[in-house]
Amino acid sequence: MLKITNVETFYGKIQALRGVDIDVNDGEIVSLIGSNGAGKSTLLMTISGVNKARSGNITFNGERIENREPHKIVDLGICQVPEGRRIFSRLTVEENLRLGSFTNEKGKHFETDIKDVYDLFPVLSDRKTQRGGTLSGGEQQMLAIGRALMSKPKVLLLDEPSLGIAPKLVNQIFASIKNINKEKNVTIFLVEQNAKKALELADRAYVLVNGKVTIMGSGQELLKNKDIQAAYLEGGTKN
Amino acid sequence: MEKQDIIKSFKDSLFTGLIALALFGPIVGLRTVSKGEGLFITPQWGIVFLLVGLCILGRFLININSAKRTEFKFLSSFSSKFAHITEDKAKHFAITGILFAVVFPFLPFTDRYFMDVAIMILTYIMLGWGLNIVVGLAGLLDLGYVAFYAVGAYSYALIATTFGWSFWICLPLAGVFAAFFGILLGFPVLRLRGDYLAIVTLGFGEIIRIILINWYEVTNGPDGITGIPRPSFFGLPFKRSPDEGEASFHTFFGLEYSTMHRIIFLYYLILVLALITNYFTLKIRKLPVGRAWEALREDEIACKSLGVNPTNTKLTAFAIGAMFGGFAGSFFATRQAFISPESFTFIESAIIVAIVVLGGMGSQTGVVLASIFLIGITEIFRDLEQFRMIAFGGAMVLIMVFKPKGILANRKPTILMHGDKK
Repeated sequence: MLKITNVETFYGKIQALRGVDIDVNDGEIVSLIGSNGAGKSTLLMTISGVNKARSGNITFNGERIENREPHKIVDLGICQVPEGRRIFSRLTVEENLRLGSFTNEKGKHFETDIKDVYDLFPVLSDRKTQRGGTLSGGEQQMLAIGRALMSKPKVLLLDEPSLGIAPKLVNQIFASIKNINKEKNVTIFLVEQNAKKALELADRAYVLVNGKVTIMGSGQELLKNKDIQAAYLEGGTKN
Repeated sequence: MEKQDIIKSFKDSLFTGLIALALFGPIVGLRTVSKGEGLFITPQWGIVFLLVGLCILGRFLININSAKRTEFKFLSSFSSKFAHITEDKAKHFAITGILFAVVFPFLPFTDRYFMDVAIMILTYIMLGWGLNIVVGLAGLLDLGYVAFYAVGAYSYALIATTFGWSFWICLPLAGVFAAFFGILLGFPVLRLRGDYLAIVTLGFGEIIRIILINWYEVTNGPDGITGIPRPSFFGLPFKRSPDEGEASFHTFFGLEYSTMHRIIFLYYLILVLALITNYFTLKIRKLPVGRAWEALREDEIACKSLGVNPTNTKLTAFAIGAMFGGFAGSFFATRQAFISPESFTFIESAIIVAIVVLGGMGSQTGVVLASIFLIGITEIFRDLEQFRMIAFGGAMVLIMVFKPKGILANRKPTILMHGDKK
């Protein structure tokens, strides 16, 4: 469905992605783990068209999408929940959600869409007239995910949804991600530093090191992989 | 209070006094008087020491006040009075305000001078509302807004004097021209934010003014354009003696001729134009493009990831803001009947930005209060002549000290659904 082939992205002279190849199939949850600075967020921004790929290509359902304008990529059905949530803090919860439906036929199905989001995250419904900035971190993350869902994406790109959130809420958010995948049939591409959670959730996973994919496999395989245990999971030792 | 604190605040006040002396010394203390063969300097140290003394005393009182962590009785009541004006109450305020504005010309104490001041305040309110679209909603700090005011005024003046078209044809054309210049400014600054954007827009404002001064063939340079036609009351001119076979306003309605007719008409004209600006802003805020402006102000990356096209969004904000500036400019041109680049200096931009910021970014009612306050202050202190800018600056400082986020800082959410009233 989403196919990334040999993508290279630069910030000025600095190369952030050194030929990344990743496939995401319809209906899957695919996780990408890696340490700080590996290029995970850069990859998501490149898919979304915010960063431009210097070489390589990205196809979505067979259509080339690399270097298209970001808003056109959202139109195709790829929506990103950016790192750090980036909700509109001075707008209310409901206004935030309305902005999510910006490309979605100008909010034609707004009422039913927003009901779906409120069913998924009931706490947002209680807080709909509250300003985004007054929500807790976990609630903001729910809002960011809900906002992205308002655009009715086929693929949801999630950048570190566990960042800065209470562990209890992390479980809840990962459960809702699974729910979005299974119930709403949205393909998920998840970027995480919380490797254990990400691998447990994933059908398949990739490891990104210094702008290159080094290991790939099913989530369960990677959980058992000694190298990954040593580098990204607690309690592992390298041989 | 500790003795130490008193000494500390005393020292601080003396330092304030030094700064005040440095400022007031040359500005107020040395007065130039022209006598026959040249300029002579007459010192007026008495006033200087009075002013410096006031500064020291004021600073000392503020220091003591902040050490006590309480506010002056009268100042706190002043500021809490404003704090109670939330946007909710502002609705009643707005309705009362509009009603007052409508009956204002017929109130017994209203004379020619009051009308002129009211027209000026309304012009600034309209400019403030226009700029509010760019600064308050879209969050793009534009320090060259006067450029669009100038473009509107000159387009109106040139079209009206060259082709002799009526006000009602020239007005929309001037708006279109200004909007075009808005887009022209918008393109190069698309990638700029904050301070950098402010600098470029500042430059743009100056470029327009300098073109107006130097492009003599078209704009008549510093001499300006004279004989700009006055607006007519839907075809009826405001003339004492209309041309043969033509009716004028007072003959048509069988009234005694009075110059006030034209003034009152101008007053209602700018009132209607300003209210249209306000109505438009309130409406567009609830449309996707208006929401996109506000979202863009909050976070550009989040906007991109949601499919908002920042280029179009910014350009529409610049264009629509500029258009209202252009309308206000046309009004200015037709009211004055004479325009020159003198009227479009940076200070005008600064005043309009000040109105928006002091009003509380994005608050429509705040703009009204700030316009009345700032323009009113300069009028009240008109007798102080050149010192009235000090009053103007002082007023700004006071607002920022007591209402750091503007007179009306609370922005009402644009969406309240399913009967949620709060």
